[in-house]
Amino acid sequence: MKAFVIGLNHNTADLDVREKFAFNGPKLEQGLMAFREVPEVEEAIILSTCNRVELYANVTDIEKASEAIKIFLSDFHSINRASLDKSIYIYDDINAVRHIFRVASSLDSMVVGEPQILGQMKDSFELALSKKTTGFLLNKLMKKALSVAKRVRTETRIAENAVSISFAAVELAKKIFTDLSTKVFMLLGAGEMAELAARHLIGNGVKEVLVSNRTHERACDLAKEFNGRPVKFDDFIHEMARTDIVICSTGAPHYILAKGQMQKVLKERKQRQVFIIDISVPRNIDPEINDLDNVYLYNVDDLQGVVDSNKFGRQREAAKAEKIVEEELETFQKWLLSLDSVPTIVALREKAEEIKNEELDKLFSKIQGIDEKEREAIEYMATALMNKLMHSPTAALKDSSEDKDTLVAIIRKLYGINGEKLEKK
Amino acid sequence: MGIILFELALTFYFAAAIVSITELFKDSKITSKIMLFSAGTGFAIHTISIIYRYVTAGHIPITNPHEATSFFAWCIVLIFFLLQLRYKVSLLSSFIMPVVFFMMLASSMLSREIKPLSPDLQSYWLGIHTVLAFLGNAAFALAFGIGCMYLVQEHYVKSKRLGGLFERLPSLQSLDEINYRLITIGFPLLTLAIITGALWAESAWGRFWSWDPRETWSLVTWFIYAIILHARLVAGWRGKRAALLSMIGFLTILIAFFGIKLLRKGLHVFL
Repeated sequence: MKAFVIGLNHNTADLDVREKFAFNGPKLEQGLMAFREVPEVEEAIILSTCNRVELYANVTDIEKASEAIKIFLSDFHSINRASLDKSIYIYDDINAVRHIFRVASSLDSMVVGEPQILGQMKDSFELALSKKTTGFLLNKLMKKALSVAKRVRTETRIAENAVSISFAAVELAKKIFTDLSTKVFMLLGAGEMAELAARHLIGNGVKEVLVSNRTHERACDLAKEFNGRPVKFDDFIHEMARTDIVICSTGAPHYILAKGQMQKVLKERKQRQVFIIDISVPRNIDPEINDLDNVYLYNVDDLQGVVDSNKFGRQREAAKAEKIVEEELETFQKWLLSLDSVPTIVALREKAEEIKNEELDKLFSKIQGIDEKEREAIEYMATALMNKLMHSPTAALKDSSEDKDTLVAIIRKLYGINGEKLEKK
Repeated sequence: MGIILFELALTFYFAAAIVSITELFKDSKITSKIMLFSAGTGFAIHTISIIYRYVTAGHIPITNPHEATSFFAWCIVLIFFLLQLRYKVSLLSSFIMPVVFFMMLASSMLSREIKPLSPDLQSYWLGIHTVLAFLGNAAFALAFGIGCMYLVQEHYVKSKRLGGLFERLPSLQSLDEINYRLITIGFPLLTLAIITGALWAESAWGRFWSWDPRETWSLVTWFIYAIILHARLVAGWRGKRAALLSMIGFLTILIAFFGIKLLRKGLHVFL
């Protein structure tokens, strides 16, 4: 029984690769059921967002399982193995647990502290629960991950970071333009952070909202949500001439706006100021555009720099959050260890011993006038009784190789031994 | 009496300049109120002192360097207040009041003697020409101050280090627009000043234009501001370039005003 993570994120794969791996809409449920059917996989969860696709499992043999899951992934999405191997990361056991804790706490996000990931994680877990693809380990693990995330959220100011970045973007817009309510805003692409910033900006009141996306449907959906107008992705440069503020996060692996194009746009709009926020990783807007007059180009790191210099130490908060993750990891690890048979045997025997001693003390305090010999005989009998009773469960725990986890769980339940008690000792 | 009024105005402007400089370092409502009070009182006393001198001299008091510099400062404060009524540009005083104070200080050091007006200056053109010229130049002075503010703010935004005055300076767009606005006010005034100057020259000396250094520099200035307006309307030159050009324009005005005076040549020697 081991936790296992396989996945890819904004750091390891470009958007078009991530899109190929994505489990969108009905594919999520199908994928989840199929994933659960993979031999070696005992429990299964799939998390699929704009920035990451991750599969969580409970497996026995790491080697076999990772091979089986890779085959499943490449078959399910019809992706060749080479491109799969290039983009994915794998974590097992305690590292898998750490990774899941970090993802839930938004420490692994493109913008640290970005709030949406927690909800997305909850949704994936709930789907898995309703489809009954999880069990003992992942249930505990996911619940713990969500509680770790909550702890990070309440005990550190990491969540302020993402909000601060949106806030900084709006503040900057206000220092570039006199009146935002006369300005046209365009959201290029999507992604958690971009949408968060867009929402913040629109909340401050802009004249018009344009939405463009490589997937035009998505643009239409978002446009509806923002009360805006969808723009065909091929036309976005054309619309730039009347756009004052752009938030860009298309995830394209190359620049979608070059310096020369921007110069033309500026000419067309008679050099009126433009504020561009490029949230994409890798960058989508040629950074040299910032050298042009009347264009102010900020990327996430720039905004982060603004936030860091102004508000609070993000690194300090992130370090605090990492510490919380490590603390929680330790308790989880203890729990995991407790599931092993040896500590269970020890715990079982300790418990029996404890009961035996308690009962003997009670007995000896009630009856008086027995000599040492009689006393020894009674003690001997109690020990023998205990040993006989303990023999078969101990033996079963010792030589069970199959279904060991289940057995451990059952015995713990039957004898009322739980992990938390063990930890305290 | 005239001296007392002038010194009093100077003192209030000094206070306004000091307070407006402290405003750069500390944001507080009280200091900005003290600034407005000092500048306002200074301006009121300054106005009275000019009227007093007008009455005493019997002609408009813009006939020697002391008077001209003082009147220039008065025009700048006037336009500063008009601008604040309309736009409320925060921190503008920090960029303007020290300049006003130094102009007044320079004025105080120049000869205040009232000399009888030479016959060729005795004309109604004197008032019209000089007031137009100084109001125009004052608008350009304000454009210069706003241009400075633009460059400071633009530097913060471009370099992505948003410290210092970033929070308190107005937005780039509004600074740019006010700069443009001031030039559109200053330019027609300057044009009219040049035209009335030419007409006056014709009536006094029989020639419209005689290429004396003051005239030449005024023409240079006129061309610079014409270029700013033209480039903005046609090629959309705005922002940093417009701010820089408006600053260059005002520097040429300063050369015309002070530099040529030092040469003491040409027909405008009386100023």
